[in-house]
Amino acid sequence: MIQVTARIEPSKLMTFASPLLAIFLTLIFGSILFSLLDKDPLQAMHLLLIAPLSDAYNFSEMLVKMGPLLLCAVGLSLCYRANLWNIGAEGQLLIGALGGSAMALQFVDSEAWFALPLTLIAGILSGMLWAAIPTFLKLKFNSNLILTTIMFNYIALYLLLWGVHGPLRDPDGFGFPESAIFSDATILPLLNEDGRAHIGIIFAILLAIFAAFVLAKSHLGFQIKVFGADEPAARYAGFNQTKLTWAVMLFAGALAGLAGVSEVAGPIGQLVPGISPGYGYSAIIVAYLGRLHPLGALLSATFMAVLYMGGDLAQIEMGIPIAVVGMFQGVLLFFLLACDFFIHYRLTFPSNSQYQN
Amino acid sequence: MDIDFITQILFAAIKTGTPLLFIALGEVICEKSGVLNLGQEGMMLMGAVVGFLAAYTTGSAGLGIFGAIFMGMIMSLIFAFLVLHLGANQVATGLALTIFGTGLSAFVGADVVGQTVQGFQPIIIPLLSDIPLLGKILFTHDLLVYVSFAMAGSVAYVANRTRTGLVLKAVGENPHAANAIGIKVLRVRYCAIMFGGAMAGLSGAYMSLVYTPMWIENMSSGRGWIALALVVFASWRIGNIMLGAYLFGLASIMHLVLQGMGWSISPNLLAMLPYVATVLVMVIISADKFKEKLLAPRSLGKPFDPRQMA
Repeated sequence: MIQVTARIEPSKLMTFASPLLAIFLTLIFGSILFSLLDKDPLQAMHLLLIAPLSDAYNFSEMLVKMGPLLLCAVGLSLCYRANLWNIGAEGQLLIGALGGSAMALQFVDSEAWFALPLTLIAGILSGMLWAAIPTFLKLKFNSNLILTTIMFNYIALYLLLWGVHGPLRDPDGFGFPESAIFSDATILPLLNEDGRAHIGIIFAILLAIFAAFVLAKSHLGFQIKVFGADEPAARYAGFNQTKLTWAVMLFAGALAGLAGVSEVAGPIGQLVPGISPGYGYSAIIVAYLGRLHPLGALLSATFMAVLYMGGDLAQIEMGIPIAVVGMFQGVLLFFLLACDFFIHYRLTFPSNSQYQN
Repeated sequence: MDIDFITQILFAAIKTGTPLLFIALGEVICEKSGVLNLGQEGMMLMGAVVGFLAAYTTGSAGLGIFGAIFMGMIMSLIFAFLVLHLGANQVATGLALTIFGTGLSAFVGADVVGQTVQGFQPIIIPLLSDIPLLGKILFTHDLLVYVSFAMAGSVAYVANRTRTGLVLKAVGENPHAANAIGIKVLRVRYCAIMFGGAMAGLSGAYMSLVYTPMWIENMSSGRGWIALALVVFASWRIGNIMLGAYLFGLASIMHLVLQGMGWSISPNLLAMLPYVATVLVMVIISADKFKEKLLAPRSLGKPFDPRQMA
């Protein structure tokens, strides 16, 4: 008989092994699914996981998808560590794109050197504002952060649609719901002429390292960890919950806003209705898969970006609907949550117990 | 504004509120057992797509409904296994269920986007529909709206007047005490979660078979989340849920009302109304910390592990 026994201490090994195990199980699940659909599972897996890294162009496209995922996931990791259930990265990203675009469109005919910094700052501030409202409502009126941030995602989406159909629409655009194309002065410089990867990805990686440093070395990081682990203890220690909530939420909002503005001032180059294929939601999974650590998020954002990129390739080459990416993400999180069970429990095989009795 | 216009608006508010009513009735039972399932949106979408596919292939809307309910229950079982047996975090698992359901429903429904099915015809109830005003508003709907009236009544009865309701309450308020008097806490929670799944599936089917008889990706557009807010708004009381569902229904069709009155506001801004209303309601309701603590099931969101009892 197999028995489940509680571990005395959480297993360090399982904490790190669990994401890998979850990815492995998801791939098995995917292979079975593709076989059932009469698609060659080996070819599908190759397209999903290996092809995105196989040449310079694909690699650059993968980086383009990694940037926003990483930025959002780093912010969410800190939020979740502090027990703040911020689901609003998607909305903060969209509003960042909207605010950044509103600024960038002031510089359509300009070459000014300060156009790009102003655009980025506008995006970051817009994202922070969008995170600030639910934070304020939580602190002041005790409203449920999960539900308000979700509602703000929907509101953000409609605000973006309103902007792109209304005040920010290109007057010379034949009525298409698109803004004017941004001036080169407001576009993030490319890393390499061959692809669309831009300097924003470097910012994202630097910010992840910065967040890891804050978490590991600063007093603020220590407070985040204590609040997450044991709220009464943190209160007893006299930590200021209000201040901490503001700091973490605004940081997450800033990062998501930066992710949004980097999309419009980066690979897209104008404001369009479809800014994000759900980066803000996928970032929740990226954060979990990265063990709520900024450096872990670096690894898991890369994996998720490969999956996104692979989803595009699998659609083009094998006619597999792009929605398969979203489904895989859900399955992955299920497997991860299931594997995490073994951080606190282990299986034992008490076969020789009859002799001991 | 004439009286016909108002009648039409209220009729539409009930029709629009019905999917919210279904899903909130399921969620309130789930929450009364102490489990917070944030996967409503995912279960609803799966119900919508499976219900549509079943009706589309067999030509029977009835089979579509059963398929949707069944699918909702399967989805909720995944959630139940993870949170009840593996002690997974309810918030994270619920989110996973929503992400999974959104992706999977788009995946399996990719081929039938834009197709239509024969939905349900309105059933005009004789005599009752002749009541002035109310008759038109309440008794000229399709079958599922009447089912939702009946469901609200029976859920209220079971939750408030029966032994089953008491058991549910005991498990949600104090699972350890319930366990001590011999109630199988996990079994009760399994049933409550599956009831929630069934209702979410039914709600999805209402969307894809009745409300807009077609399948569109992400067609629930946040109703699963609004239903979660609705349960808080209603202070976990079923009568309030019914009222709240129709109020939110009214907020969702406000853009039609305002257009009817000759206002010209961007449709995108008007489309925000139900979400803005949800936030406002949440703020007003939760501002009284004490009241919410008093009304919410006490063990809501907290795992119960029988292994740690011994």
